[in-house]
Amino acid sequence: MRTLRLLAFGWWFQFKTISRSPFEGLFQIIYPLFFATVAFLMFRAGTDQKTLLYASLGSAVMGMWSATSTTAGGAMQRERWHGTLEALVASPPHFALILLPITLAMSTIGIYCLVATLAFGRFVFGIQLTVEHPLAFAISIVGTVLSFGALGFLFAVTFVRFRAAWALGNLFEYPVWLIGGFLVPLVLLPEWVRPISWALAPTWGMNAIRESSLGGNPWPDLAFCLALGLGYVTVGVLALERVLGAARKRATLSLT
Amino acid sequence: MTSARIFAVGGLMSYRALFYWLTPMIYVPSLVVAPVFQILLMAYIGRSAGLASDEFYVVGNAIQYAAIPCLFAMMQLVGGEKFQNTLGAILVSPAPRLPLFFGRAVPVVLNGAFVSAFSLVVGSLILDVEIPTSAIPSLALVIVVAAFSCTGLGLINAALALRIRESAVLSNVFFGFLLIFTGANIPLDDLPGWMQTVSDVIPFTHSIEAARKLVDGAATSEVMGLVGIELLIGAVYAVAGYLLLRFFENQGRRHATLDRT
Repeated sequence: MRTLRLLAFGWWFQFKTISRSPFEGLFQIIYPLFFATVAFLMFRAGTDQKTLLYASLGSAVMGMWSATSTTAGGAMQRERWHGTLEALVASPPHFALILLPITLAMSTIGIYCLVATLAFGRFVFGIQLTVEHPLAFAISIVGTVLSFGALGFLFAVTFVRFRAAWALGNLFEYPVWLIGGFLVPLVLLPEWVRPISWALAPTWGMNAIRESSLGGNPWPDLAFCLALGLGYVTVGVLALERVLGAARKRATLSLT
Repeated sequence: MTSARIFAVGGLMSYRALFYWLTPMIYVPSLVVAPVFQILLMAYIGRSAGLASDEFYVVGNAIQYAAIPCLFAMMQLVGGEKFQNTLGAILVSPAPRLPLFFGRAVPVVLNGAFVSAFSLVVGSLILDVEIPTSAIPSLALVIVVAAFSCTGLGLINAALALRIRESAVLSNVFFGFLLIFTGANIPLDDLPGWMQTVSDVIPFTHSIEAARKLVDGAATSEVMGLVGIELLIGAVYAVAGYLLLRFFENQGRRHATLDRT
């Protein structure tokens, strides 16, 4: 219960902080709209309304991923720059319980992106959003946000040794957009890319959101998405133990 | 002579200082790997939408990605000074402003051209786009002109960094507009009329068109008109950027707000 309370309060506190940052909040909502516009114009010039709905959902989840990838990589470094990392690491709860709500808050900003992109598509490009299974659609979004936050947590932990962790986070924006099947069906990609796509929770999250919207069965995709998210957290916690142990041993926790 | 020294030495030193933050750890992911993935992403979306050939996206995005080094480096040349509290010392000096600001732009143009050329080569190799050997010198010229043109817009961006706190956000917004309006990913004929009008007066539109023609086998003389227009657009933006820099500098002095970050 105390763990859940810590996660919830940590998430809410971080979410409020990020929402007030022009770069991590407002910009993360505006920036994906440029790519969404490009995608809408490309698909509109190419084919029909049915494909435009496909592009609308894909662009919306692209924005969700952007909100996570560009900021989560540097989540641990952000605390280091703020001078709060040592205090957080020294506090009684496990550091993972402090870091995970931060990356979850970053991925939650993605819901703003999702809504903004779908509304943009509806009102500027006239793309009608049909949601066949509203409840499954909402659950798929929550599941996708959780798995994005989990992947962001893994990024934050594994990139901590890099001074420019934010640049590495940015680096993963385009590749995941591409191989996650957001706007490009996986069958169009080379066969060797597909196993990489399957190892990414965003691929399954995208499928779940699309299936629930278009009337398919989203539950297997959602289960894969959440299972991968749990896997990322497990690997992240194990990596965190090693990173913190090494930093304590060498007294390098506060080095930038 | 003093102006020439400020132009050359000042520009070079300022650009070297830029590598204080633009280290290989940032340069490689942001300016070497990311443009290649942008090309791949757009080419595959293009295949999915059935809109244009791979060549269209390789050329368009390789040139358009020069916006990242040109806009961000120019912004950082002013915003970085502000952040490190050295802007006041520079602006209080009697150095003539024209060589001071334009000297800082030259290395940015060269770096932007390098990023474009590298992306074009790697993108072409990955997606098997054939570039005629005879077109390479002319393509190099087009790429340099495109980088110059965007650096002109970068000067405006730098001027705004004197006034705006979130200058990185502004640079990304400019980048986003260039992604949509330049025809890098959507054929200009498929854009609404008002967007085509905007396309005509922004960096990259004409250089992307010229580069596509060259890759399709056009002679250099056939694209010189487009190159000339791109040069003119770059010059207009550079002059506007310089005037805006002077305006905000004067405003900053008058209201004592230069160092406000």
